[in-house]
Amino acid sequence: MTEDIRCEEVIERLLEFLDDEIDSVTEQRISEHLAHCRACFSRAEFERRLRARIAESGDVQAPESLRRRIRSLLDRY
Amino acid sequence: MIEGRAEAPRERRAGASDEVRRRFFEADVERLMDRLFGTALRLTRNRADAEDIVAETLAQAWRRIGTMRDRQCFEKWVFRILINTFISDYRHRRAQPAQDALDSDDELDRFSLYEQVHQPFLLWWGDPERQLLDKFLREDIDHALDALPEAYRVVVVMVEVLGFSYAETAGTLQVPVGTVRSRLNRGRALLQHALWRQARQLGIHGAHARGESR
Repeated sequence: MTEDIRCEEVIERLLEFLDDEIDSVTEQRISEHLAHCRACFSRAEFERRLRARIAESGDVQAPESLRRRIRSLLDRY
Repeated sequence: MIEGRAEAPRERRAGASDEVRRRFFEADVERLMDRLFGTALRLTRNRADAEDIVAETLAQAWRRIGTMRDRQCFEKWVFRILINTFISDYRHRRAQPAQDALDSDDELDRFSLYEQVHQPFLLWWGDPERQLLDKFLREDIDHALDALPEAYRVVVVMVEVLGFSYAETAGTLQVPVGTVRSRLNRGRALLQHALWRQARQLGIHGAHARGESR
């Protein structure tokens, strides 16, 4: 069990934690905190879900015209 | 005679390897095509421009495919080309200067959609935060992303949509990691603020908001 971390610090560093951009000791402390703090867990889940919705925005069916263009481009080279 | 026999297989090998390379390239590109187009669309906010950016990206990738050593790295590599193509070509063609980062604004930088919606007394029997996210249409999220100034939009797209690390984002954009962090924070806050504004305009915020007027 690592040293406990306060809710304020968890919220402060939550996005870096979700981005996997945090040192391993802090990551462990935040993971343990989220396992027993319902308020912070709820906030983390919200941010995760929002992130998943944002990621969907980068997936748009490419038009057939673009596929044809790429094929003809490859044929030329 | 001997030389002639030796040449023929070499030519066949070269031809076959080009064919294999193209087959692999096309398979990898097809797998990524919707994400390439979607990412380009989020960056350019325009379908015709997005097609141009993807075509230019793949032309460059195909020209440089010989430098690819590990096919596992293809995805990151090709998206890095896409980002660079957007930043250089697109900006030049449109003669659009990069939008400067906005001045720091602590209150805005700390904006949290969750805090706007969260109702502690509903903790055990309601979930207005989740309901809000479920009510957003795909186009609501697209509009909020598209409304971000370019400096923030690029970073948010790289980290949240493409899953680039801060260091990869900084390396591709040739800015310090600290700049990526601050633009990401601001970009996320602006994005959440835009979503909150939309939620209020559409009357979709809160657990019992359906009947609310605009």
